[in-house]
Amino acid sequence: MAHEHKLEIFRGLLKFKSNVTKIWGVLIVLSIVTAIEVWLGIVKPESLTENTFIRMKLLNWIFIILTIFKAYYITWDFMHMRDEVKGLRRAVVWTGVFLILYLVFILLTEGDYIFNVYDTGFQSWDF
Amino acid sequence: MDATVTNTTSEGKTWGGGNKPLKASYGKLMMWFFIVSDGLSFSGFLAAYGFSRFKFIDSWPIADEVFTHFPFLHGVPAPMYYVAFMTFVLIMSSVTMVLAVDAGHHMKKNKVIIYMFLTIIGGAVFVGSQAWEWATFIKGDYGAVETKGGKILQFLDAETGKRVALADIATTIPSVREQHERKNGIWYDSEGALPTFSVEEIKAGFAANPNLLIRVQDLVPDIEALKASEDPTKLAKAASLEKTLVNVDGIGEKSILNREQSLLRLNRDAVGVVEGANLKHNEYGTPLFADFFFFITGFHGFHVFSGVLINIIIFFNVVLGTYERRGHYEMVEKVGLYWHFVDLVWVFVFTFFYLV
Repeated sequence: MAHEHKLEIFRGLLKFKSNVTKIWGVLIVLSIVTAIEVWLGIVKPESLTENTFIRMKLLNWIFIILTIFKAYYITWDFMHMRDEVKGLRRAVVWTGVFLILYLVFILLTEGDYIFNVYDTGFQSWDF
Repeated sequence: MDATVTNTTSEGKTWGGGNKPLKASYGKLMMWFFIVSDGLSFSGFLAAYGFSRFKFIDSWPIADEVFTHFPFLHGVPAPMYYVAFMTFVLIMSSVTMVLAVDAGHHMKKNKVIIYMFLTIIGGAVFVGSQAWEWATFIKGDYGAVETKGGKILQFLDAETGKRVALADIATTIPSVREQHERKNGIWYDSEGALPTFSVEEIKAGFAANPNLLIRVQDLVPDIEALKASEDPTKLAKAASLEKTLVNVDGIGEKSILNREQSLLRLNRDAVGVVEGANLKHNEYGTPLFADFFFFITGFHGFHVFSGVLINIIIFFNVVLGTYERRGHYEMVEKVGLYWHFVDLVWVFVFTFFYLV
């Protein structure tokens, strides 16, 4: 059971001496990101809620990107994906990513279509 | 592990079965298989949530206004703080889990015991918090009125703009409506609990207090943009909104009807009183919101609960020295993978249910 751990995060920007210090380092990173998310969620800066990118508020884009960022560190450092071989990493990550992106794409498109039917239809849905 | 693989003839032969391209044990690979498929289940739930939300994009409940409670802080609006606390508890228990795995690699039994124990405590705190969150959600806080079309009307104080509870509105009218009990019915059916107030009591109380307004679920659109368009339906919509709403310039807020319109809406459309939320009625807005809340956080909470049970089993195995005798703590690593996965899912649930 020889276990080699890769001890650097942020593409080598941050190097840790041992696996244990790396774990605490990752905890700090995740806590900071969560704190930023909660802070943004409470403050809701107007510049971020009023501007949109691909019909979604910038604030929501930030939340989703930060979530994926957190997911990356949980998988890579807590679940030791960083130490697994490339084949395993890709088999797990890309399978999920492709299927989920596809599912999300069709369902959201369909939801948006139904919204338009409700919105511009001749039928009143509010009575 | 080696016992399951015959190394004598297949060693080194690519198609002989001795080749381990992923360099991970059978158990860990199977755990990854499970995680990928379970992850797809959760993304199915969350994508369905996104579907329903896009379907009602202009009237979906705002999470900040729904989850405003913190234990022991009654009446203090604390949006999101409690969920943030829950998120932190779960991340923290993930950290103790990974520390247990690390201690296992170094064959330090006592450290594994301590860290596993802390992980179990963290998981239990999380499940408890989840239960509290559910209880608060089911109980509801202000109460609302439901219309024939299943829309929700909430009550506001015109001066402060704050929500007003049903109890502060209703006048008491001696009721003729009696609870239908099992003994009265021919089919031995009983009905669910009746709301504390009847629609008539709310209507009477609302009419008597000129300071009350009604808030509907629709978000205020950008009325200036509607007026600027050439489309006659959009222009008509903008004109009617300007006549009926109090908060014309509050883009993205829930629409507040003016007094006249409020009275009209309540007297014409209201059919029932809603207190709290279940799978059919929801005082916070569309029932779908409550349905998804119960299913997604419930499914996740069930995962955490099973995770705690599995952790307890492994904890006792560690205490009994099973893995010490086996020579490795891979079992701790495998439940660790599951435990981190639960944390990973929560990160997404947190974002899509509470933040976005």
